[in-house]
Amino acid sequence: MSDTAIDPRYATRPPKRPLRLSWSDERVRGIVYQIIVVGIVGAIVYWLYSNTVHNLDVRRIATGWGFLNREAGLPIAEYLIPYDPTDTYFRALTVGVLNTLKVAVVGIILATLLGTLLGVLKLSKNWLVSKVVTVYIEIVRDLPLLLQLLFWYALLQGLPGPRQAINPATGVFLSNRGLKLPFFEWVDVHSWALLLVVIGAIGTYFFHKAARAKQMADGQPRAVWPSAVIMMLVVPLGAWYFMGAPFTPDIPALRGFNFSGGLTVSPEFFALLLGLTLYTAGFIAEIVRAGILSVNQGQWEAAEALGLPRGRVMNLVVLPQALRVIIPPMTSQFLNITKNSSLAVAIGYQDIVSIANTTLNQTGQAIEGIAVIMLVYLTISLSISLFMNWYNSKIALVER
Amino acid sequence: MSITTDTMRVPAPERLAPALTTGWMGWARANLFSSWLNSIVTIALAFFIVKYLIGFVDWAFVNAIWNVPNDAAGRPDTSSCRDNKGLGACWAVITEKHRFMLFGTYPYEEHWRPALVCLLFIGLYIVSAMRRFWRKELVLIWAATLTVIALLMWGGVLGMAFVPQDRWGGLPITLILATFGLAFAFPLAILVALGRRSKLPAIKALCVLYVELIRGVPLISLLFMASVMFPLFLPEGMNIDKLLRAQIAIILFAGAYLAEVVRGGLQALSKGQYEAADALGLSYWQKTAFIILPQALRLVIPPLVNTFIGFFKDTSLVLIIGIFDLLTAGKTAIIEPMWQGFAVEVYVTIGLIYFVFCFAMSSYSSKLETELNRGRRR
Repeated sequence: MSDTAIDPRYATRPPKRPLRLSWSDERVRGIVYQIIVVGIVGAIVYWLYSNTVHNLDVRRIATGWGFLNREAGLPIAEYLIPYDPTDTYFRALTVGVLNTLKVAVVGIILATLLGTLLGVLKLSKNWLVSKVVTVYIEIVRDLPLLLQLLFWYALLQGLPGPRQAINPATGVFLSNRGLKLPFFEWVDVHSWALLLVVIGAIGTYFFHKAARAKQMADGQPRAVWPSAVIMMLVVPLGAWYFMGAPFTPDIPALRGFNFSGGLTVSPEFFALLLGLTLYTAGFIAEIVRAGILSVNQGQWEAAEALGLPRGRVMNLVVLPQALRVIIPPMTSQFLNITKNSSLAVAIGYQDIVSIANTTLNQTGQAIEGIAVIMLVYLTISLSISLFMNWYNSKIALVER
Repeated sequence: MSITTDTMRVPAPERLAPALTTGWMGWARANLFSSWLNSIVTIALAFFIVKYLIGFVDWAFVNAIWNVPNDAAGRPDTSSCRDNKGLGACWAVITEKHRFMLFGTYPYEEHWRPALVCLLFIGLYIVSAMRRFWRKELVLIWAATLTVIALLMWGGVLGMAFVPQDRWGGLPITLILATFGLAFAFPLAILVALGRRSKLPAIKALCVLYVELIRGVPLISLLFMASVMFPLFLPEGMNIDKLLRAQIAIILFAGAYLAEVVRGGLQALSKGQYEAADALGLSYWQKTAFIILPQALRLVIPPLVNTFIGFFKDTSLVLIIGIFDLLTAGKTAIIEPMWQGFAVEVYVTIGLIYFVFCFAMSSYSSKLETELNRGRRR
């Protein structure tokens, strides 16, 4: 249209009219209401703020972030980066954040796997399987997570000591000191090989994308898996082999009153991971089940009528449609795992809440301690939702 | 066509359906043994279920110890339980401590009061669950019951001895935190949900900020805030007790989550309802109170019940700031050296109490969902 004026037939809004200083003008009322509400909220916040400043002054509590550079002097049992009680509070809090992320990431992966499996099993045609899964989901969802954590922790602590440890396989010990697993001595070569695997995964992703684009152009499907195997398996293994193939098994063994060597999973981490995974898997199972059920029966039948084998029906037709229903509630479950990992403080796993709590008890700086906890969780929550929103928009239905 | 008429006159003799397709055998074939793989899975699973069920029954009932004798000093002698560890449960810890687990440190001879309070709460839930009571009078019933509950817990009137709040404990605390939390969070949630859909930018921004801030942090951090930061917020000399502070934190937390549920209901309502109300010339509050909310809230009752189940479970988190709810009472009951090591029995019992409440609510919610959808599913 060459005409820039809006055709009145398509105008959805009434024409603008000047603001009238009268109570009967809706916009004037709106502005007055907003001023009142913001004023009240502002007054409350100011009142709380001035009280706090006064109280801090009276009680001689220091404020500010200076304590972050002081020596923490708090012992931490588990750390991913080197830590010593003589390090600063900042270092201690970083260790706490990493511990939170560790349990959240492992928990999200395990709960997704277990939950998806349970959700599919609940739809099984085998009556017994579906009933067992239903009972499990019902029990797990109707008990407080904290109770479940305390229960698992009590069970783990009730296990026999290292000398009578349960030994289901060579090098695997389960005792009240936690779980011991065989491992191998980690040297630089392994880190390089791992880096190659990651690079291979990224390469595979782009290769898959290119193959898909070519298939869209000429209709010819191209196998991705051979190059995936080469990039993610053969190249790293070859590199490892040519760098001398170092491999020294590190199998835990009983020395005196405790174990030495191997990989240790502490009872605190184990109980927290177990509780979080089993609890959240119950919720994820219901989400996955609802997602699969939401796909119209006609889609299954149409795919089978095209002659697709059952596995490809699932992969190519049903799952992509189910994912659209599954992703949004799954996001909130991932957020829940992360937030629920804060219950670690009840069983003594030193996550950010536990360490920040100790910090605020030692320094007396309650406001800064709580602010650290909230900032950390807000950042994590925001990142997870941003990522999941991005993923969701990628798989969303592209409409005309 | 004489041949066909002949064959039609003499029907084929009736035969029973094959025995393997009807009755329980047919059912078992279809649902348990439909293929080789299914048969193997069924048999293996049945074997494990029976095995572990027998083990559990042995532990929980056959080998369990229900009572322990007192020793010379008049204290319970738990040595028989210790010898039995790993073989059978020691329910004696429950026999001995059940009053403490249920009512905490409430004066022993006054235990009828918290017991009555628990019954009142349960009665309140049942009344609220019945659709014939879904009317304005329900608000009055809630207000009256909650007042009676407060009177019973505190006492000090009608000849009941005064019991300070720091002696309350156990199940009543869990029910108080959950119910009062809901009763106050719900109006807050409605206001915030309305505010979030408001056209006024400042009000909308405030509501979005509140909801996203609360939903982004764990409940524990709010409880910590309530226990260590609230005293700093208040003017000197003004002090509110720990239970009330935790209650405020739970209300703020529940308000944000409920607001999102209510907002879902507001969004699900068709635009025509808003326009029709506007066309009738109703003011904003008339429109909201008489047209929008009655329909929107009805839509979200099942998710509201589910959210309430979540809060009921989440009240157990007050354990971390040392408030004496059901779970804390259970954990404290086994602190005495003679009862140490019997945590599993105590947690199983407490789990059973939580389960009864949550299972009742969740089955009610799923039943309600089918019932409410019946009108819309034609």
